[in-house]
Amino acid sequence: MSRTLLRVEDLKVDFQVPGGVVQAVRGVSFRVRAGSTVALVGESGSGKSVAAQSILRILPRNAAIADGKILFDDGIVNNGAGPVDIASLKADGTAMRALRGGRISIIFQEPMTSLSPLHTVGDQVGEAVRLHQRVTARQARAQAEDMLRRVRFPDPKRALDTYPFELSGGLRQRAMIAMALVCRPALLIADEPTTALDVTIQAQILKLIKDLQADLGMAVLLITHDLGVVANLADEVVVMHRGRIMESGTREDIFADPRHPYLKALLRAVPRFHMAPGERLVPIRSITSQGGSLLEKDHQPWPPGADAAGPLLAVEGVRKLYGARKAGWFGAKAGAGTLAVDDVSFAIARGECVGLVGESGCGKTTLSKILMRALTPDQGSVRFNDHGRIVDVLELEGAALTAFRRKVQFVFQDPFGSLNPRMTVFDIIAEPLVIHGIGDEAERAARVKELMGLVGLDARHLRRYPHSFSGGQRQRIGIARALALRPELLLLDEPVSALDVSIQAQVLNLLKDLKERLGLTYLFVSHNLAVVDYMADRILVMCRGRIVESAPREALFRNPVHPYTRALLTAVPEPDPSRPLSLTDLEEGRASDPARWPAPFTIDADHQPHLVDLGGGHCVRADAAVRVREVA
Amino acid sequence: MLGYVIRRILIMIPTLLAISVITFVIIQLPPGDYLTTLVNEMQSRGESMDQGRLAMLRETYGLDRPMYEQYALWLAGMLRGDFGYSFEYNLPVSDVVGDRLSLTVIVSFATILFIWVVSFPIGIYSATRQYSLGDYVLTFLGFLGLATPSFLLALVMLYFANVWFGTSIGGLMDPRYIGQPWSWGKAMSVFEHMWIPVIVIGTAGTAAMIRRLRANLLDELHKPYVVTARAKGLPPGRALVKYPLRVALNPFVSDIGNLLPQVVSGAAIVSVVMSLPTTGPMLLQALRSQDMYLAGSFLMFLAVLTVIGVFLSDLALAALDPRIRLSGGASR
Repeated sequence: MSRTLLRVEDLKVDFQVPGGVVQAVRGVSFRVRAGSTVALVGESGSGKSVAAQSILRILPRNAAIADGKILFDDGIVNNGAGPVDIASLKADGTAMRALRGGRISIIFQEPMTSLSPLHTVGDQVGEAVRLHQRVTARQARAQAEDMLRRVRFPDPKRALDTYPFELSGGLRQRAMIAMALVCRPALLIADEPTTALDVTIQAQILKLIKDLQADLGMAVLLITHDLGVVANLADEVVVMHRGRIMESGTREDIFADPRHPYLKALLRAVPRFHMAPGERLVPIRSITSQGGSLLEKDHQPWPPGADAAGPLLAVEGVRKLYGARKAGWFGAKAGAGTLAVDDVSFAIARGECVGLVGESGCGKTTLSKILMRALTPDQGSVRFNDHGRIVDVLELEGAALTAFRRKVQFVFQDPFGSLNPRMTVFDIIAEPLVIHGIGDEAERAARVKELMGLVGLDARHLRRYPHSFSGGQRQRIGIARALALRPELLLLDEPVSALDVSIQAQVLNLLKDLKERLGLTYLFVSHNLAVVDYMADRILVMCRGRIVESAPREALFRNPVHPYTRALLTAVPEPDPSRPLSLTDLEEGRASDPARWPAPFTIDADHQPHLVDLGGGHCVRADAAVRVREVA
Repeated sequence: MLGYVIRRILIMIPTLLAISVITFVIIQLPPGDYLTTLVNEMQSRGESMDQGRLAMLRETYGLDRPMYEQYALWLAGMLRGDFGYSFEYNLPVSDVVGDRLSLTVIVSFATILFIWVVSFPIGIYSATRQYSLGDYVLTFLGFLGLATPSFLLALVMLYFANVWFGTSIGGLMDPRYIGQPWSWGKAMSVFEHMWIPVIVIGTAGTAAMIRRLRANLLDELHKPYVVTARAKGLPPGRALVKYPLRVALNPFVSDIGNLLPQVVSGAAIVSVVMSLPTTGPMLLQALRSQDMYLAGSFLMFLAVLTVIGVFLSDLALAALDPRIRLSGGASR
């Protein structure tokens, strides 16, 4: 049994806020053994990040450690004479500063904002070295370069002189890790290290942390809400809820035999593969949706046979090129531009939920904006079946376009940025009705009230402003706004990716119920395969602007054909220790490079494959049908 | 980068041309010209001017020609360094302006320096100690500075300078140095007199700058990269200077372009009140008496200053912020 590196005893942290004191952490105790990984799990607001900040003494100015001890002993502090109590040190004193970044370091969730945009990677990594060791600038640079090589930068020497904004999200997080580890700390605190990253990048970063931990022999305190990440990385798990520890134990115990009701509930709220057909997620706080009669009042029923005219939405050969600027007088030369969407064709039948999966930057948001005429494609057609009448969406103008807007509505990813902070919830939800001139004032008020009930919110809160609602509640306000016009098709652009797991289940279930009750059709855009698996009937996989595979849900998960789909599926960490990520399978970034896919899937200058039907609605982008059948 | 600089310099040419057209049109807009103003003035004094002489003057100054020809002559002259002839002073414009221009530049430069030196530490103090007593006091003083009309402040300062320090009222130097060549004594006298106009002209700018720096810095102080710097073990002071302050500088630098002409032209009224021998009062007078070449030269001087100021601040921004330097051509 290895030595105890960190022991937190009865830690209490208070926040001074207008109107009193908020106890963020209320008596938390746990320990981290040298070289092991402990996961601190909980939803946002559970106090897990605050606990981590207390260990580094980088709490916000209005917070203070009220009570408790944080004993740290790496065999070096106090000249090896025993542990030092971090809670009793001065936050910005010399002793604490020597520990911070030297013996204990931290990596944050958002790699872009956590690195200064104005300083080179070499400067920021080297600075950490120079703060804690007596070395020259040249030596610091050499150490930084060595660390960048360890975190597998493709060209560490050049990386020293690049700025963070020139790097991809995955590389930024690697730079952040290099900065944290360059002084060889005994403890690394990883605060949601992969939450902002795509699944394939997440898998790479998780593997990297694991490898480096074995290499450098450090302990890791992992803070996350993702039980999949926990199952793959942690030796011990501590579950926090509202500033208290609910349950703790080894990973095997926690996952095999969760005792505390909160943990059980948390496990049930996470969508995972291999769910039984028809199984519903159980949100921690469930909501009920009610009403809907007013909304249905002026909704015309579809005449029989109207569906024979075509699918609700048919997209064909859509292509969109970005950034091909015309050369101005003195302007820069026009570049080749970026192909955001290329050769995309698919159809959505009425009443269906189609999932669109892909990593960030693959063109899925561009595509959904084209569908609602927020962007105009360079090529291709979009046709909409309006009660049996086929409408060419890209040709619509004036009144016809306004009428079309009532049929297709959008729900945004960011529940904070998508609601105007200066409008009350009533004004936000009523705005679509006002724009389209529906009803008089009393009628609108009744409808808005009904919509609030429909998304499970209290109609008494209509006078409030968005800031007084939580993320999940705001997203429901966004859904209510989208439903106000009683659309046929809802475009859901990552509607739950900004939400906590427990809230995620709540919103997903709500969307499922609404679809059933109102007979809606969804295009569900997400990067989370498990979420799409839970929601969608049919799934489109998109990479670099192209749809590479499309199939009914079961077929896709049972028999993924395209190498990219396979890579995506293996990269998702599952909340089940018996199904670990096969991290070795993931080649570094190769999975999402079309030129490096094996034949017959290769896409480059010489190969431009199209979608090939494998039967049963399962299509894959490959060169020749015959050879694909062999692969399949 | 070199290509960018050349492009920017080239683009300054059409900009300045357009400004010169507008300037010229504006000067010509009031009915009549300098000679009609002169004749009116003489008539009001009971004198008269003989028509032959008037016609001759018109011809010498080219006032009888069509407007576009006058413009072309003016422009061609300026390119040769000949700014025309001031009717009022009966001297070439460059001779009239000469000394005043250099004094204007000195006063403006000192004012900008004053604004920066004072507002920087105060802004940082206010931001890092937000809602402290010191912040409130400084904020109050700042608002006071913003709200006080500068000519009023000028009068107050002049009075106290005279009463307490015995400095002569008005002007930028002791009367005995006026018209004298530059000497040590004259330079000292200028410095002795200059602090009052510098404070008066700079107060409003300083107050505005403090508010802006405080707001910018407050935005940056709560960014995650500041926490990262602390988590590295960087002492708070060094972390502040290296990271958030550096980012907060951007709006500061982009302001240089506006600051130059603002200080030069905004000081006109103060200069009148304090009878400073700078360009401001002269511009006012020239505009009123339709001394067209003098006024035109002044306005062009301001325009050139603005264009160069914006150009300099753009270059400084590019040097300071790699995001601007490296992702300039990219579009989304």
